[in-house]
Amino acid sequence: MAAETEAQGLTFHPMDQFKVGPLFGDALSAFSITNVTLWMAIAVLCVIVLFVLGTAKRSVVPGRMQSIAELAYGFVYKMVEDVTGHDGVKYFPYIFTLFVFIAFSNFLGLLPGAFTTTSHVAVTAVMAVMVFLFVTILGFAKNGLHFLGLFWVSSAPLALRPILAVIELISYFVRPVSHSIRLAGNMMAGHAVIKVFAAFAPLVLFSAVGYAVTPLSILAIVAMYALEILVAFIQAYVFTILTCVYLRDALHPGH
Amino acid sequence: MANTTTTATDVAEGTAEAVGHAADAAGHAAESAGMPQLDFSTFPNQIFWLLVTLVVLYFILAKIALPRLAGILADRQGRITSDLEMAQKLKDQAQEAEKAYQQALIDARSEAGKIVSAARAEIQADLDKATAKADAEIAARAAESAKRIDEIRAGAVASVSEVAKDTAEAIVAALGGKADAKSVAAAVAARMKG
Amino acid sequence: MEIAAAAALGKFIGAGLACIGMGGSAMGVGNVAGNFLAGALRNPSAAAGQTATLFIGIAFAEALGIFSFLVALLLMFAV
Repeated sequence: MAAETEAQGLTFHPMDQFKVGPLFGDALSAFSITNVTLWMAIAVLCVIVLFVLGTAKRSVVPGRMQSIAELAYGFVYKMVEDVTGHDGVKYFPYIFTLFVFIAFSNFLGLLPGAFTTTSHVAVTAVMAVMVFLFVTILGFAKNGLHFLGLFWVSSAPLALRPILAVIELISYFVRPVSHSIRLAGNMMAGHAVIKVFAAFAPLVLFSAVGYAVTPLSILAIVAMYALEILVAFIQAYVFTILTCVYLRDALHPGH
Repeated sequence: MANTTTTATDVAEGTAEAVGHAADAAGHAAESAGMPQLDFSTFPNQIFWLLVTLVVLYFILAKIALPRLAGILADRQGRITSDLEMAQKLKDQAQEAEKAYQQALIDARSEAGKIVSAARAEIQADLDKATAKADAEIAARAAESAKRIDEIRAGAVASVSEVAKDTAEAIVAALGGKADAKSVAAAVAARMKG
Repeated sequence: MEIAAAAALGKFIGAGLACIGMGGSAMGVGNVAGNFLAGALRNPSAAAGQTATLFIGIAFAEALGIFSFLVALLLMFAV
């Protein structure tokens, strides 16, 4: 914002792309149709196209769409099975839903002019808290008070254990915070950086320095965009695998 | 942001600018929050639509897509397994056929050997028979020839002693003696022996 | 007015300082990835099974950088 005056005529609004607003009218209530609604609906549509229409033929030799759907299925299934073990497989649909939603939101958010739903802490925090509550309740339901063994590190010296227990307890409650902020922060950061570079791009219209700055900033946008494509997938993967790790802790708190 | 594009040339102006910015930022925050992520008025809306989306997604995936995908993958796995089994079966059959073929080949070979050795034995027998016959014929002919030679020889010997006796009698007679036939024959026989 | 100017000044300086944290997280991520690579080159057959751990480690290290970025953003736009 301060840069606004330094570079003549350039306007920096890196955060404007994250604005939530109603699509029709001005009133914003909990149920009004907003750009959040629009882009979540597009994500759902994409999921339907890929996972329902794409697999409609049920062909033994898969086409392109079916290959991708199978790849995603196999990828998440193997992740759940590897991390949580065999008894975690029955929570696979929930984890797959999270993965698909995050992945599609991240990728759709990369379309120029799109709104990234996962860049909002409100969205990611709800998912992280859902995971946190689910895992905590499941842990107590499955293991009873043994679940508290998660905080009592039995391999440490006895004197250290209470201190470790406090640390473990804090880190346990920080989980939903880092879980949600990581995803939202990554998405927000990348998009904001692209926007900042994009704001430098029209400098050529105002000053001679622009002949050097404009190509550089366009190059930087391309590079950041490539990185963001990677990050979009990795953050979906990380969110999902951390969910699996938390689930494993709930199912087998011993280790 | 309705701020102007004045360039800060001196400290006073710069300060004024910064203050203006601070005020601006506050104004911005008031109308749509400086950071849209922290605009709490949009939270209920986002959370509501997120929950709707997640529930819809869950039902689409859990009720339609995932069972279908699991079915497809299981189908393929089954297909692959049955195909592999079929291939194994066919391979076994082929191996059996090859074994039978090899067996037949060995049988045929031994049969052929048998036939060859039988033929050889037959030919040998024929040959032996022919040889024996030829030998016998040769022996008979040889014997006949020997007999004839003997006869000829005996005839010759007889003629020789005849001639000798005659010659001796003639010589003795010419010499004026009376040849005793008996003693001449004995002398000739004695000489012939020597 | 003077106080508001000082606050704006402090805000921007603070945001800049908060960005130092990103460097720490960068070192952390580099450390994780580098050590993973070193281990993976020693025993490539075991590397494939540990990629999930790699990503978890990177995610934990990166989260702190994201926190500092968040602090910078909060100072810039929300305070």
